[in-house]
This record gives sequence, structure tokens and C-alpha cells, in this order.
Amino acid sequence: MTRKKRRLYFVLAGMCVLGIAAALVLTSFEDSLVFFRSPSDLVEKPIEPGRNFRLGGLVEEGSVEKNGVLIRFKVTDLSEAVPVSFEGLLPDLFREGQGVVTEGSFNEEGVFIATNVLAKHDENYMPPEVADALKKAGQWKPKGGG
Amino acid sequence: MVAEIGQFVLILALITAIFQGVFPLIGAAQNSQPMMRFASNAALVQFLAVTAAFICLTVGYVTSDFSILNVANNSHSLKPMLYKISGVWGNHEGSLLLWSLILALFGLAVAVFGRNLPDTLKARVLSIQGLVGVGFLMFILFTSNPFERLDPAPLDGSGLNPLLQDPGLAFHPPFLYLGYVGLSVTFSFAIAALIEGKVDPAWARWVRPWTLAAWGFLTVGIALGSWWAYYELGWGGWWFWDPVENASFMPWLAATALLHSAIVVEKRDALKNWTILLAIIAFSLSLLGTFLVRSGVLNSVHAFASDPARGVFILIFLIVVIGGSLLLYGIRAPQMKGGGLFAPISREGALVLNNLLLSTATATILLGTLYPIFLDAFTGAKVSVGPPYFEATFLPLAIPLVIAMAFGPFLAWKRGDLAGVISRLKFGLFLSLLLVGFIWWQQTDAPVMAFVGMGLFAWLLIGSLLEWSDRIKLFRGPLSSSWRRMKQVPRSAHGMTVAHIGVALVVLGITASETWQTEHLGVMRPGEIVSVGGYDFRFDGAETIAGPNYEAVRGTFLASTGSNKGDYLYPEQRRYTTPPMETTEAAIRPMLSADLYVVIGEEDGTGGYAVRIYHKPFISWIWIGSFVMFFGGALSLSDRRLRLGAPRRTRQQKAVATDLSGVKG
Repeated sequence: MTRKKRRLYFVLAGMCVLGIAAALVLTSFEDSLVFFRSPSDLVEKPIEPGRNFRLGGLVEEGSVEKNGVLIRFKVTDLSEAVPVSFEGLLPDLFREGQGVVTEGSFNEEGVFIATNVLAKHDENYMPPEVADALKKAGQWKPKGGG
Repeated sequence: MVAEIGQFVLILALITAIFQGVFPLIGAAQNSQPMMRFASNAALVQFLAVTAAFICLTVGYVTSDFSILNVANNSHSLKPMLYKISGVWGNHEGSLLLWSLILALFGLAVAVFGRNLPDTLKARVLSIQGLVGVGFLMFILFTSNPFERLDPAPLDGSGLNPLLQDPGLAFHPPFLYLGYVGLSVTFSFAIAALIEGKVDPAWARWVRPWTLAAWGFLTVGIALGSWWAYYELGWGGWWFWDPVENASFMPWLAATALLHSAIVVEKRDALKNWTILLAIIAFSLSLLGTFLVRSGVLNSVHAFASDPARGVFILIFLIVVIGGSLLLYGIRAPQMKGGGLFAPISREGALVLNNLLLSTATATILLGTLYPIFLDAFTGAKVSVGPPYFEATFLPLAIPLVIAMAFGPFLAWKRGDLAGVISRLKFGLFLSLLLVGFIWWQQTDAPVMAFVGMGLFAWLLIGSLLEWSDRIKLFRGPLSSSWRRMKQVPRSAHGMTVAHIGVALVVLGITASETWQTEHLGVMRPGEIVSVGGYDFRFDGAETIAGPNYEAVRGTFLASTGSNKGDYLYPEQRRYTTPPMETTEAAIRPMLSADLYVVIGEEDGTGGYAVRIYHKPFISWIWIGSFVMFFGGALSLSDRRLRLGAPRRTRQQKAVATDLSGVKG
């Protein structure tokens, strides 16, 4: 086996693996990109039911209703609000008036069915996406943290 | 006073690092002995200075000196001592100081253990190590000074994030950093080799132990991190493909590839340029990981603070290190001589396949991790790339990798005999199919990945054991001769077998826990019983208890099967006072066959509690397997040949020369 031939084999093998990887990336990228939307974004550009995305904002004061492990609340950016329903244990930092990011999709009734509620930040900290969304809605109050 | 001393020694360390970076490099170019010898002394002084700075900060934490801003922000006088100490690195400034300390430690280790390195190589390695140190020490001093004073000093500190107050997490960063920074040594060796314009098997022999050590530490660091996520976050998951996790996983994959390609350089004097490139990439990914985690670009418990000045500094540092080393590579690599030839079906060929798959996997993960950041920077769109992407791209690359892992060790160097290997692996194939068939018989509708995963587990486990028994000729002669052979086989070979078995166990843990997990979610009242995964869980009520710096609601559960009396589980919902924060403490009963995992939530106002119960079969094997992998690495590292370093240069070259003539002829 000559050096050239060997190199050819490896280049071919490398191209194969990279080709497969590129195919995998392209096929799965479209479906697994999860967009972030604020309630105001949804008024501007509605998202069809069943499409997975992240909804973020503040948990609206007085909106949380608990029925066992079924929780309903509203996510707001202080201009618009979206009703959310979640079944499970809420994360430790979930609280009314605090920033939250939820992942899931709308059902036919326009309720956001969350499969995941993220509130990993501490008390003084706002998820950057939520902070941006609030800024866009003109409701950002840096000191209060929301 | 302590803070001022710390500040002073840190500046001293920076000056030493600058000297260490410059003089030995000049000395090596001019072949000046004194300047080259200066490198080792500088490494020692730099280590002592950074250690002194680290001790100063630790003293600040232990004595709760709140006149130091860093201590005031991250500690509290009521905190248990372990967490006061782990608080030193539980924040941005301190974690960078720890990074620098480990960097200096590795520099010193090269100076001490590298006695038989050629003078110029050693001087150059130490000087690159010094230059990396300069970058980090400047970063600390100019943007993230841990010794900044606070006037007036507050009466008490604001505390450490309670999520981080945990024994698993106290040791997770040091191990991870030992791994990240360990790769700096291989990086320094690679750059030094590029400057020298020479890579030989001896070089690979010096590089391999450092890669092994870094890889072992990274393995433990990642395992501890995922274990922490598993029991502390209370979601029952152990890996989320979170950017921060990916940031540590990518260097691990690159280090794994490097570990294997260095073997080819050592044994066959081939793949040299690739190995150099891999060493550069592995350390670049470590730096990138640090950048991603520390710059505040990512939103997670790891992102301590976002400060644009820091981001800009790290970005420039990254460009200089990665860009500079790749530029040097581009200039020097074409001049390196190619090495020994080999057929595609050979040990080398299998290791090349390993490298191809690992580096492709690294690239797809890198793409998924960075894509949201770039998209945000260029278009302002906020997206996240979720686990489905990583699973869809990583698993198809990991499967052939595991299949090849059983094959590779059987193949001979240069030219392997595939048919012979298959005939020797028949037994493994048979048993794997038997296991798959058994699962199918038990559960016809099991997901496809269950069959694939369990098949791979059996294939790799049995394949590794077969290879090992082949090596010592087990059952093909008296046991005593096998025993003698076993003692003669180099430890690195045993280490490989052990590490590969570790991978098989991880595959078992992942597959079984993902496939056969069962859970219950609902409100439970005292006295109520639910059945999950063959266990009856009785809820005996909840009470409020007081901890050292928190209050908690603690539930009592009795988990039993028909045959035993059962175990009590006590999940907690904690409310910390400083900073005010709630955390979930899952109660876990780990067993070899399955973990029982109970989380208690809030009271619903009528005496019921929201409860989540999981039964996770074989999940502990993920961490057992990780530690087996680490143990394999350690066993390999203890190999006499690696410990003593390479034999004399002349002999080595002669050996290679004969080897090469053998190939040509």
C-alpha cells in the first residue's frame, strides 16, 4: 500500500463520516431548534398549535391556580399575557412576579401546555431572554428585577 | 492584611510567569543552558506564589473576612466549614484562581517529572505553560480580582447559592479543572513540538501520561457534575445537553481521541500532524468551555456574573491562543515527516476510525452549542438547541464507535485480519444477540434503542473480556501460565480493558434507565400507598425541620416490596435564609438494580403533598461505569513504561528506524 493510496482511503472514510454527520445535523436541526417567544411576540406573530417553542416572561401576579399537580398560571411581559398549564412539580424558584421560561406548545384552545418549566436563576437574577423580552415590551425595571 | 498579601503574591506570580514564558523560549533558540534551566525554577516560584494567593483567599473565607468583596458576596458566617472552603472556587474570581493554581501545579509537575526530557523541549513546554499562565493571571488581576476590598465591611456575607452547597459540587470544579488544565500540558507539548519541528514516538510517550491524567480527571469531573444534577436538581435527569455540560463534554471527547491517536504516534510513528492538531483542539475546547461558562453568555447556575470587560478579554485571549497555535500549526505542520504505513483494516485503522467518529461527534456538539449564540449575535433571534438534536446526531456516531471498540483491540498493527477477529468475536456476538432476543421475548414492544443499547453493552463487555482472556491465553493452558502472562501484560493494556468495560457499563446504565424508568406524579395524603416499579411507596406524612442555615419540609416515605420490610426515604423541600432560596432535596435509595427517587413538592392546602416518585433501573451504573473508566485510566497511567518516561533518544530512534525498514520491506 502506498502512502497516496492510504491517504485516499482516509480521506474517503473521513468524507463518509462527515457526510453522514452533515446529513444527521441537517435532518435534526430543523425539528430541534426551539425558538424563544414573549407573549407580545405571539400577538404579532402567532404560532400554530403543536409547534414546540419556549415561552418566557414573568409569572403574572395572582394568576397561579393549583389543583394537585396540575398548575395553571399566566406568563406576561406586562403588556400581553398567555395562559399556561403544567403538570408536575414546579421548580424551586417558581413564584408569582418572578421570571420564568416554559417549554411546550399551544393546544387547540390557545392554552400553552408546558412540558418543562425552567426557573434556575436566583432571586436577583433574570433569565437573559426574559430580561430582553421585558425591555422590548418597555417594561424593564432593572432594580426591582420584576 | 491577608488580601494585600494575596494581591502582592498574585502580581509576583504574573511577573514570574512572564519571565517563564519568555526566557526559556529564547534560551532554547540560542541553546543557552542557564536560560533553559531557568524554566524549572520559574515554574516552582510561580506555583508557590499562586498557592500563597490561593491560601490567602481561603483564609479570607475560613475566617469570614467580609471586608473582602469576594467573601462578602459568596460566603456567610453560618455556612458549614466544607462549604466555606468550597466557596473559594464557587464563584467567578475564585474559580479562576483555582484554574491558575492547577495550571501552575501542572507546570511544576512537568518541571519535576520531566527530568529526562530533552533540554530544549522541556524549556519550550514550560515556557508555553508560562504564557498560558500569563493570560489567566492577567485576566484575574485586571478584570476579576478576588482580593478587592469592601469598605465598610458588611456584618455578614450574602451567602453561597444553596444549590452549590453540596459535597458532589464541592469537588466537581476542582476535578473538572484538573482535566481542563491537564490538557494545557498536552497543548504545550504540541506547540513545543511545532517549534522544534519534530515529533517522534518519544514525544508521544511523554504526552500520553498527561493526556491520560487529564482525561481521567475530566471523566470524574463530568461524572460528579451529572451525579449532582441527578440528585440535587430534583428533575430525575442526569444529563440535559445543557451548553455548560457540552462545554465539558467536548474537551472530554477530544481528549479521548487524543489519547488514542497518541498511541499510534508512539507505537507506529504515524498520525503525527493529526495528533498535534488534536492536542491544540482539545485545549482550545477547554478554553472555550471556560469562556462559555464564565463569560455569562450562557444562562445557568454556572454563569456567575456577566461583565462585558471580561467577555472581551476572554475573547481576545481565545483568539490569540487558538488562532496563534493554529497559525503556527499551518506554518510548521507541512514540514513534519509522515510516518509508518498501515492498511485500513489494522489497529491503526481502527484508531483512526475512533478519531474520526469522536472528532465528528465533537464537531456536531460544538455546532449545536454555539449556534444559538451566533444566531443571537447576528440576528437577535433567541433559540435553543434541545436534546433531540444532540441525541439525533451523537447517538448514530456513538453506536459504530462502540461496535468498533470491541473490534479494534483484536486487530494487529499494520495489517489486521478481519475474518480472524470476527471468528474470535463470534461468542460475543452470540451472547449479545441472546440478550437482545431475551429482551424481545420479555417485552416485544420495547423501543428500538433498548435493543441497540443492550446489544452494544453485551457486545462491548464480552468483546473486551474476550480480548483480555485472549491476551493472557486464559483456558488455553494451565491457569498458572495465564496468571504469569497476566502479570507480564503491560498495565496500560489492562487499563484499556478496564476503561472499555467502564464504557460498556455506562451504556448499560443509560439504556436501562432511559427505557425502563417508571414514575408516579400526583398528590399523596398521609397513609396513601402507590406502587412504582414493583415497590410500594407509603407516604407517612411531612414535618418541618430546621437545618444549620435552612428550614425544610421533610416527607417520610416507606418503600417496600412484598418480600422485605422496606427502606425509609426522606425527601426535603428546603428554604435557605441567605440568600433566600428554595431547593429540592430528592431522597434517593441507590441500588445496583435500580434507584428509588422521591421528590416532595408543596402542600396543597388540604394536607396532601405533590409527590413525584421514580424507579430508575440500573441508573447507578452510569456513575459506576464512569469510575471504572477513571480506574482504567489510572491503571494505564501506573504503567512502568509511562512512569519512567521514554528510554534514551538514540535507542528510540534506532528502534523506529528498524520498524520503518520492516514496513518498507
